[in-house]
Amino acid sequence: MADITVNTKLIPAKDVPETLLRRAMRRLFRRKSAVLGLAIVAFFIALAIFAPLLSPYDPIAQSWTLVRQPSSASHWFGTDDLGRDILVRVIYGARASLLAGIISVGIALSIGVPLGLAAGYLGGFLDSLIGRMTDAMLACPFLILAIALAAFLGPSLGNAMIAIGVTATPIFVRLTRGQVLAVKMEDYVEAARAVGNPRWRIVFVHILPNIMPALLVQATLSIAAAIIAEAALSFLGLGQQPPEPSWGSMLNSAQRFLVNAPWMAVWPGLAIFVTVLSFNLVGDGLRDALDPREVGRS
Amino acid sequence: MASCASSGFRSSERGYPVGETASAMLNLLGKRLLQLIPTLFFVSVIIFSLQQLLPGDPALIMAGEERDPAVIEQIRHQYHLDRPIPVQYLYWVKGVLSGNLGESMRIHVPVLDLILQKLPVTIQLGSMAIVIALVIGISAGIISAIKKNTIWDYAANAFALWGISTPNFWLGIMLIFLFSVKLGWLPASGYVPLTEDWRASLASTIMPAFVLGNGIAAILMRHTRSAMLQVLESDYVRTARAKGLYERTVILKHAMRNALTPVITLGALEFGTLLSGAVLTEQIFTIPGFGKLIIDAVFNRDYAVVQGVVLVTATVYIVLNLLADIAYVLVNPRLRT
Repeated sequence: MADITVNTKLIPAKDVPETLLRRAMRRLFRRKSAVLGLAIVAFFIALAIFAPLLSPYDPIAQSWTLVRQPSSASHWFGTDDLGRDILVRVIYGARASLLAGIISVGIALSIGVPLGLAAGYLGGFLDSLIGRMTDAMLACPFLILAIALAAFLGPSLGNAMIAIGVTATPIFVRLTRGQVLAVKMEDYVEAARAVGNPRWRIVFVHILPNIMPALLVQATLSIAAAIIAEAALSFLGLGQQPPEPSWGSMLNSAQRFLVNAPWMAVWPGLAIFVTVLSFNLVGDGLRDALDPREVGRS
Repeated sequence: MASCASSGFRSSERGYPVGETASAMLNLLGKRLLQLIPTLFFVSVIIFSLQQLLPGDPALIMAGEERDPAVIEQIRHQYHLDRPIPVQYLYWVKGVLSGNLGESMRIHVPVLDLILQKLPVTIQLGSMAIVIALVIGISAGIISAIKKNTIWDYAANAFALWGISTPNFWLGIMLIFLFSVKLGWLPASGYVPLTEDWRASLASTIMPAFVLGNGIAAILMRHTRSAMLQVLESDYVRTARAKGLYERTVILKHAMRNALTPVITLGALEFGTLLSGAVLTEQIFTIPGFGKLIIDAVFNRDYAVVQGVVLVTATVYIVLNLLADIAYVLVNPRLRT
């Protein structure tokens, strides 16, 4: 008993992830592809935040004299079927995509992590109940369930985010539960239990920080999936509504003018591809950096 | 011996008595089937609950333009909307269990008939996509593993990352631009049934099938690469090489057979990706399949069809998951206990 107490004092649980995280960050920054991914993500975040300062034109103002103009010095990416500058709309579209990616993953984390913690730590009937509900949600293909939810909730960017967030939740429930089961028998958790910490404290102070790396990797990869899902819903008319710009809805209107104005399809698609690729590069980099098998190689 | 332990095709070869294996399999099947009951229950609850998300009175939505209170009341009674929600759920489940998924509110055709009518189109498209995904994904994965840390490996990894990051609706649009608008080789949209003209049918589905298979190929490539790398480091491959076998025999006969078994069962789980992709692909190429059915239903506010499509998709996914689980256990004796 005395030994256990001494151990917990020597290695406070909250310090463990910090050390791991610092080491992981060092390894992450050694991977060129991950650094490139991070730089591109930062670039798009800056675009989204400073969109009004960077944009010389109004993203929704129409001009009948500028309809479907190819790229030129005044309109680098050309203009669309309503004479709007495509570059400006791509810049503003970053807001919808990044917001949807981050908020929907935020929704999935805030529902999925507590449920996964409860299922993994408490076990028993609650675990079975949450497990079967998770299985049921995973049985419905991601985009089909998101489409159905968005359809029933009504088409809007907010509802698309809710639909994507709810649909992505079971992945986090399952991941959190698995991680909790893996760490709940660790010495430091046993020690925290032995010194009489209440359950909530063990879960939130001792277990949660230690499963953060795995959640971080999944969250990064899920943002990439959520950005594609938002673009898909907007493409189908179930996300961001016109005239507000979004990469998915821009592709939708571009489809009708493929013969005369192919540039309308190139830029928003490229923006989705580059953003998603960057999040995937960061996610893959984080996964390798946080992989315990890689520790010995650092 | 190492080969026996880490691979596994036929149970008799591994020294497992056939009767014992059959009984273990039956036990496993029973256990998995029992687990399906609560899962299916929750699936039904989720799908039924979708209707409850509709803002306002569902009877008014179903009535559409019709504003006659008598008609609305009749709809409410016909669809049991005047009963408490748990009772509505029981009516709905009773209907589903007897094969009645409801009726399309727009064209007044049973939802099940509509789904069965559209399903062959998606099955054709999906099968072609799977073949494309298997050929590209597995070949790229094997080459990447054999040529680890060479330009081939980097190229295959880049392909996988590209496949995972490319939105298939954008890829579809770009391919239409290239092969239909610019080169004029393939039709931009539409569908010709196989039974009508197989050449025209292939021409109308090859581009959407590639778009659909591309993302799955990327995932399969990653699975194959990691499974092959694991197998190539195993003792029995080392033994096969030490015996002086040709490298081609070692790869094709010893390594590939064992590495691909889990890959193919994992591939079965990509069914969800396939169906999600089909929704977008069918929309872009105007293919009248299962995916287009749900989108048309969404825009026509034909909610019974939306529910029916999600239900059928989830059920097929659960069954495939079960089969993949069983197949995986069948070929992996260590998991039978």
